This record gives sequence, structure tokens and C-alpha cells, in this order.
Amino acid sequence: MDTKETVLAILNDLTGEDFAANLDENLFESGLLDSMDTVQLLLELQSQLGVDVPVSEFDRSQWDTPAKIIAKASATA
Amino acid sequence: MINLQPYADPKYFVLLLVALLPLMIGLYYGHRLRIYETIVSAAFITLMFTGAKWQQGVALIAYVVYQLLLVAGYARYRQTKNTTPVFVSVVALSILPLVIVKVTPALGPNQSLLGFLGISYLTFKAVQVLMELRDGTIKQLSLGMFLRFMLFMPVISSGPIDRYRRFAQDYEQVPTQSDYVAMLERAVWYLFLGFFYKFILGYVFGTLWLPRLAQAAMVHRGWLDLSPALGLYMYDYAMYLFFDFAGYSLFAVALSLVMGINTPMNFNRPFQAHNIKDFWNRWHMTLSFWFRDFIFMRVTFFIMKHKLIKNRIRISQVAYLINFLVMGFWHGVTWYYIVYGLFHAGAIIINDYWLRFKKKHRKQLPHNRWTEALAIFITFNVVCFSFLIFSGFLDTLWFK
Repeated sequence: MDTKETVLAILNDLTGEDFAANLDENLFESGLLDSMDTVQLLLELQSQLGVDVPVSEFDRSQWDTPAKIIAKASATA
Repeated sequence: MINLQPYADPKYFVLLLVALLPLMIGLYYGHRLRIYETIVSAAFITLMFTGAKWQQGVALIAYVVYQLLLVAGYARYRQTKNTTPVFVSVVALSILPLVIVKVTPALGPNQSLLGFLGISYLTFKAVQVLMELRDGTIKQLSLGMFLRFMLFMPVISSGPIDRYRRFAQDYEQVPTQSDYVAMLERAVWYLFLGFFYKFILGYVFGTLWLPRLAQAAMVHRGWLDLSPALGLYMYDYAMYLFFDFAGYSLFAVALSLVMGINTPMNFNRPFQAHNIKDFWNRWHMTLSFWFRDFIFMRVTFFIMKHKLIKNRIRISQVAYLINFLVMGFWHGVTWYYIVYGLFHAGAIIINDYWLRFKKKHRKQLPHNRWTEALAIFITFNVVCFSFLIFSGFLDTLWFK
């Protein structure tokens, strides 16, 4: 699996939704991702992709859509 | 010697805006007059601590030097090493003055000599910088910028709590002329809204009505000393708290904008919140986001990473309890602040049960504007009751 598929799989686990067709949906505004999910997302990115993102790096405006998360994960992987 | 408390009276605004005029002209033409800005800021901060408050002024200087040494030392250490015990020790040292200031009044009749107006807000900023140095999100720390960030005059006494990287970026970048004009327009609107909130509504709720309602509640005591007057006191106090603090925050944001800095907003219609979680995303936002990012998220991350608790729901409950207990203690070491913290932790945990129930039974539960109005009504009342605890009036009513 490439980074994109892995991120989508993680998001699917967390929210129960498939974002493959909605890469620009705002995850925070729609209430799909809360703080707990966010932490879990960071931990999964770390364990599955080796992407090390500290909690304080997490600026919501830069992580609020699946597309942005994929871009961030690809950039730091 | 004159003494000027921030945003206390019209004179302060006139003096400050006149003093900032050269800076505004500079920003309009694309230049930040750094030296002039430093002199004006230093002068107005000094005027906060003149006369009988001189000891607080000395405490402020000592405090800032102390934090500067800690942050500079840690930034230097962090360039080559990164261990948990050192990080924890430095954070503990950083919050130590605040802890002493908060604990001293609980132990005896005197206030700590280390205290000064705004110490909490400076502590939030210093600790935030330490955390980000630890995480490596702040790589280059300029000590000059750190001082500007800590002592940024419009927000020094009571926030809003900005973030170092955001502030530094704003500071380095002078807004374009059209952006700056838009910022000034916002500033004027916020100033007038702030006047309306703080000096008119805050005055009516806080100065005119609150003492009378307090007196009525002290006289007409029913079961458990409760009375209709106490109910009115509760709503009145909630209104006073909001309009006074939101008004103050609007001033602080407005003056920041005048100085070319986009200090984040503190309130977003908190009494229209649909639930307690929503409320904390709207009320004193820079504080609640600070707690979310540096306490709740870190605690959750720590518990999950070390697998201390398996159950996700339990993790969030523990993190909420820690989060709001710390917030309670931060307000002060009294039973009512701590109960206020526990009350909100309990409310948000119950709210989470409800949200999960709602998610499961989405089909069966009605959702329309009446249920939304009901949600806002319930949230509003829960919040007002929490403010009654927070006000300390129950302490006076029951124990004094």
C-alpha cells in the first residue's frame, strides 16, 4: 500500500467513512475527527508509516482534509 | 506618579492610541518601527506597575529574566540532546513561580511577593515554547522575539494567549497596505463592540445588578440557603463574566491589530453552543485550545503510546479529568475553582456518552430546530450553573 491508501485506511478505521472520493472534506468541521481521533491518527501514522509528527506540530488548519493529511504524511515519510 | 491599568478607562485608550500613532503610520507605509514600538510598550507596561504596585513590577522583571534563562538554556541543550527528565524538570521549574503564587494564599493570609498581574498568561506562553522546543517544532528560537512574544503589551495582563510561531511570523511580516487598512477597520469595530460589552453591558450586569442580587440572595435564604434571587444572581453573573471578559479580549485583539499583529480571538458566541464540547470551542478559546493542545492531547498521546489504558473511552475520560482539574487549580487553590473544574470534566464526559448514544440511534432520534434549541438551552443552563460555582458566591453564602 502506498501512503495515500494507508492514510485512507487509517481514516476509515477512525471515522467509519471512505474518503477516497471526498479528499477535500473538512474532517473537523464535520465533527468526524475529534481530539482523541487526532491523537490516534498521529500514532497510526507513526507506527504504520514511520511519520513522526509531534502533537504540537498539529495545526488543525493544515490537517483538516484527507488530501492535506496525505500530503503531510508523504512529505515527512 | 500616574498609574494606568490596561483598558480600565477612556483615558487609557486615548493615551495609547496617540502613542501608537507613529507606529501606525509606519505600518501603513510598510515599516515596523521596532525601536519606537519597544519604547512605547515598555512605557505602558511600566505605567501598569507604578506607585503602590512597584513590587509587582519588580516581580515581573525577575520573572521574565528567570523564564528567559530557562528557555535559552533549554533551547541550547535541545540542540544536541533530548531526554524526558530534563524536559520535565525544565517545565516544572517554569511553572514553579505560578504554583507558589497560587498556593500561597491557600496557606496563609498573605499574597506571594512573586506575583504580578498577568503571571498566568506569561506562564502559558513560556511553557508552550518549552513544549515546542521539546517537540522540535520551534527549531530556531530568537531570544529577542521570545521577549517580544512574552511582553507583547496589548495582551500582557489577561491574554488572549497567542502562540510563539504564529506571533513571530506576524511580527516578521509587515502587512500590505490594504491588509493593514482592513486590520484597522476590524480594530475600530472591535473597540466599539468592546466598549459596548465591557463599559455598558458589563457595567449593568456587574456593577448595577450583581451586588443587589447578591444581597437579596443573602437575605432570602430557603432550603440549603437557595432562593430565586440566587437563580437570578447566577444568570446575571454569567452575563457579567462574558461581557466583561469578552469586552476586554476585544480590546486586546483590537490593539494587537493596530500594532499589526493578528492576535487570535477569545470568544465565538459561547452561549449559542449546542453542547459542552462545543462550548469549550467557543469560550475563552485561546485558553481552552492551549489546554487541549498541551494537556489533553499530550496526556492522551502519552496514555495511548505507552498503552496504560486500553479502552479509548476511558482514556478520554481520564484525559478530561486531568485537563479540567489542572484548569481548576490554575484558577486558584479554592474548593470552588476545583469543583468548577470537576464539574466541567463530568459534564463533558456525560456529553460524550450522549454523543455516542446519539450516533448509535441516529435513525430513531428526532433532529430539528426544536431539539437544537433545547440543546442550546440545556447547555446554557449547565454553563451558567458552572459559573455560579466559579463565582465563589456559594462559598460566601454557605461558609462565611
